[in-house]
Amino acid sequence: MLDFLASLIPVFVMDLWNALPPLVQYLSTTVFKILLVTIAIILIVAFSTYFERKVIGRMQARVGPNRVGPLGLGQPFADVIKLLIKEVLVPSQSSNFLFVIAPLLSLIPALATWAVIPLNDWYVIADINAGLLYVLALTSIGVYGVILAGWATNSKYALLGAMRSAAQIVAYEIAMGFALVGVLMASGSLNIGDIVRAQNGGFSQWFLIPLLPLFVVYWISGVAETNRAPFDVAEGESEIVAGFHVEYSGVAFALFFLAEYANMVLISTLTAIFFLGGWASPFEGWTFLNDIVWLAWLSAGGLHWLFIKMCIFMYTFFWFRATFPRYRYDQIMRLGWKIFIPVTIIWIAVEGAMAWFQVGPWSGLGA
Amino acid sequence: MFHTILFYSFAFVMFGAAIGVVFSRNPVHSVMFLVLTFFQAAVLWLLAEAEFLAIVLVLVYVGAVMVLFLFVVMMLEVNIEAAKRGLTRFAPLGIGIALLMVIQLIQLIWLRSQGFAGTDGFAATPEGYSNTKALGAVLYTEHVYAFEIAAVILLLAIVAAITLTMRKRPGIKTQDIAKQVAVRAKDRVRIVKMESEERQ
Repeated sequence: MLDFLASLIPVFVMDLWNALPPLVQYLSTTVFKILLVTIAIILIVAFSTYFERKVIGRMQARVGPNRVGPLGLGQPFADVIKLLIKEVLVPSQSSNFLFVIAPLLSLIPALATWAVIPLNDWYVIADINAGLLYVLALTSIGVYGVILAGWATNSKYALLGAMRSAAQIVAYEIAMGFALVGVLMASGSLNIGDIVRAQNGGFSQWFLIPLLPLFVVYWISGVAETNRAPFDVAEGESEIVAGFHVEYSGVAFALFFLAEYANMVLISTLTAIFFLGGWASPFEGWTFLNDIVWLAWLSAGGLHWLFIKMCIFMYTFFWFRATFPRYRYDQIMRLGWKIFIPVTIIWIAVEGAMAWFQVGPWSGLGA
Repeated sequence: MFHTILFYSFAFVMFGAAIGVVFSRNPVHSVMFLVLTFFQAAVLWLLAEAEFLAIVLVLVYVGAVMVLFLFVVMMLEVNIEAAKRGLTRFAPLGIGIALLMVIQLIQLIWLRSQGFAGTDGFAATPEGYSNTKALGAVLYTEHVYAFEIAAVILLLAIVAAITLTMRKRPGIKTQDIAKQVAVRAKDRVRIVKMESEERQ
């Protein structure tokens, strides 16, 4: 595939490219890779807002957006244009600089995390050894956007929303980190590519099976981290209007929106990578699939499988929102501190004991 | 060359941010400057190929400690005038500590120039060397006691802080979730069978 694409490029272009100094070559390929991933994520975010409205609409026996373009597919672009031409209001008595950079602080970590996420066997922007730690570090600084937005607005509602959201994110981060310790023990590596490779060989090898409790904890904590329903007390329309972004309008609001959906896409992808084998195919080793030409993609690993798995999790995000009522705040805290953290600690101990005694599916792991 | 330019640009920003921590009038701005300082320090460690330490600095200090710090600072009603008076009052102490650190740095540089400690630059790491793995191997074998004792002390500090601040007030109403879940309809609703009354 790559060789075929390379053969399409004219010879003089390749000569020109080879004449460049290696530093320039390296920088330009990296920037190109980053642009490719960023644009793809922004497009996914745009269409997931459409997808969400369609899914929730159907669940509530409505049609959802269907006016702009065929099937309403132009809706996300209409929304973006509407938000871009609106005025950005900065409240008086607010801290101007922090008010402006808060949306950026919540968006940048969500995008920067993609640097270490492998999309298939070879496409990863930075293949670093401490990839898992990098992911944890960056997801933990996303909370600054929310806190600063709440404080800089100089509004009681916004500050309350920020406080709720920050306490919730800090609490669930611990459970998330512990769940990832289990993944790290099972794969024996912090490199995300190696974590996926440890799950090669069909769905029986996925960490979903030996680490089922950790998967449940990670996924629910992920929903709580992104402040989505049923954990969306940070917005709490009925009691604090819209939480931390109550005073944001126009592009600044659009950035918060983009950050929230980019975080959802990120958490979906990470869950797929850590527990569902990332780009690996669930039907690996089913050789009879290879004989049928139009089914061969099923047994081959690649970006399409990562995308399918991500879509499943995105769908459950919307499903949760349509199904569950909002959690009460003290119960959110109870779930995070008193249930999830003990569950993860116990399961890590169980995993360690099983690996030590060479029992069950762990026998080959952690060697 | 490229490396040096990167080092000085990040170090310069770090220096500026550290100055900002001390001189900004608003405590929240101070905290944000401190976050920036930590970030730059992490980048400098990355340049020194200490990737584990760098990422853990961001994870622990920026991601957790400073968030709680920000929490506290936002909740406090800080009197800026009082804080400014404090700056001049504590200046001699600050200058003293700064001088001490300068002396130590000069000593270190002098020792290096004499060839006592270290080499210039970092030794090239072999192919496939993992900073994290190397640290883990040392922490869990050679220094396992120190490591575990540090962990226990931290745990002790958590428990102590909570017991010191927790007050049991009498007559406080709390929910027992297990009881709420275990409740059945017949515990709450009493269905009374009775004859329908005659119309008066």
